[in-house]
Amino acid sequence: MKYIDEFQDPELARRLLDDIHATATRPWALMEVCGGQTHTIIRHGIDQLLPDTVELIHGPGCPVCVTPLEVIDKALEIAARPDVIFCSFGDMLRVPGTDRDLFRVRSEGGDVRVVYSPLDALKIARQNPDREVVFFGIGFETTAPPNAMTVYQARKHRIPNFSLLVSHVRVPPAIEAIMTSPSCRVQAFLAAGHVCSVMGMDEYPALAERFRVPIVVTGFEPLDLLEGIRRTVRQLERGEHTVDNAYPRAVRAGGNPAARAMLDDVFEVTDRAWRGIGTIPDSGWRLSARYRDFDAEHRFSVENIATREPAACRSGEVLQGQIKPHQCEAFGTTCTPRTPLGATMVSSEGACAAYYLYRRLGVTPTKLEASPVA
Amino acid sequence: MCLAVPGKVVDIEERDGTRMATVDFGGVVKEVCLEYVPDLAVGEYAIVHVGFALQRLDEESARQTLALFEELGLLQEEFGDPWEAAAAEAGTVPGPAVKDEAQEAQR
Repeated sequence: MKYIDEFQDPELARRLLDDIHATATRPWALMEVCGGQTHTIIRHGIDQLLPDTVELIHGPGCPVCVTPLEVIDKALEIAARPDVIFCSFGDMLRVPGTDRDLFRVRSEGGDVRVVYSPLDALKIARQNPDREVVFFGIGFETTAPPNAMTVYQARKHRIPNFSLLVSHVRVPPAIEAIMTSPSCRVQAFLAAGHVCSVMGMDEYPALAERFRVPIVVTGFEPLDLLEGIRRTVRQLERGEHTVDNAYPRAVRAGGNPAARAMLDDVFEVTDRAWRGIGTIPDSGWRLSARYRDFDAEHRFSVENIATREPAACRSGEVLQGQIKPHQCEAFGTTCTPRTPLGATMVSSEGACAAYYLYRRLGVTPTKLEASPVA
Repeated sequence: MCLAVPGKVVDIEERDGTRMATVDFGGVVKEVCLEYVPDLAVGEYAIVHVGFALQRLDEESARQTLALFEELGLLQEEFGDPWEAAAAEAGTVPGPAVKDEAQEAQR
């Protein structure tokens, strides 16, 4: 247990782990939905501290990773236009499109800017009335309310040169897709805490009941994860399948009502393609009819871009928890953070990047020579 | 990107009809929209994601989380220069975001 000293409260971590070890009597497979949680788990070696019988399967909750290739290509085409200022969060810069990324577009003269908040992009639009300002609106239920508010403000203050390239995704339909997949091994979910800070827990009891899986809302720090895992294993051992909140300091049952109301106004539910996985019904949001004028796809006529994923990249299987990153042949050889084949190797929340960063010496000793330090 | 960081509200003002705050994240100060937690007051803590307060947070847990994030270098990841990080990842220039074991060990 070499990592346990790094825990904020090693004594509490030890007690939680002891409880998990004492409770688990049979093999269980838990999926952590969120990429932020995957990052913490791998960084702190939490999976290695658990009993051998408790397996963590890494889920599809990395927003950068699941943004489909065709949306990336649309972003690249728009960003390369001379009349456009293209604004994005920093983690999208190196996500590979079909033949380049945003970082490359910028080096070729595109005006690509990184913002901390979508409201910063709106400010840029106000300051540059003669340019088109596009914000790359990706993310789960946590990120959708900020983007919704920004479009709401653009409409309210009549800022015609602002638009949003939207690729928002929702967690509950992804859980449904995972549970109905024939190869599914998942027996319980650690639900993403900050998604629930916004959405609350209303959407989960029906899923827990239908698929007979415990769903435990879990935070992002090492101790939060241990507590979420502990509560999940307890339910599994008792044959229970309820929705439980192990992150009450940030999650209220009803979520954030103001944010939910804004989501209902600005967005409408739509089918959405997930990179490497395919289309999941009702799994995303697009702008609702009254905000359609602010949709960058329509404004720049990029609706018809079609793409194909590189065959060597198995990120779709990684995102569905069917393989671990190091079981992909490209991992650490042809695919590294410097030369990523798929988005899971780019984002700090991507499972492949987390394994590369913290595990490659352990999981791929034979490939070290072919994998120089990035 | 999905990181949500606790911060302390140090100032509040209405700007163009929008409730905005100055928020301190363990020394890094950012402008944050309070429209989703409108009753948040100066001195209180909130979980902030991409410039928006999403939930109120009690002071003790906020402080603990901030201290941990600082120690793990996550604040630098969230608020550092993304171009520098991307350039380092792309191998264009050496930079602090080149992620390898030696760098990790220095943190």
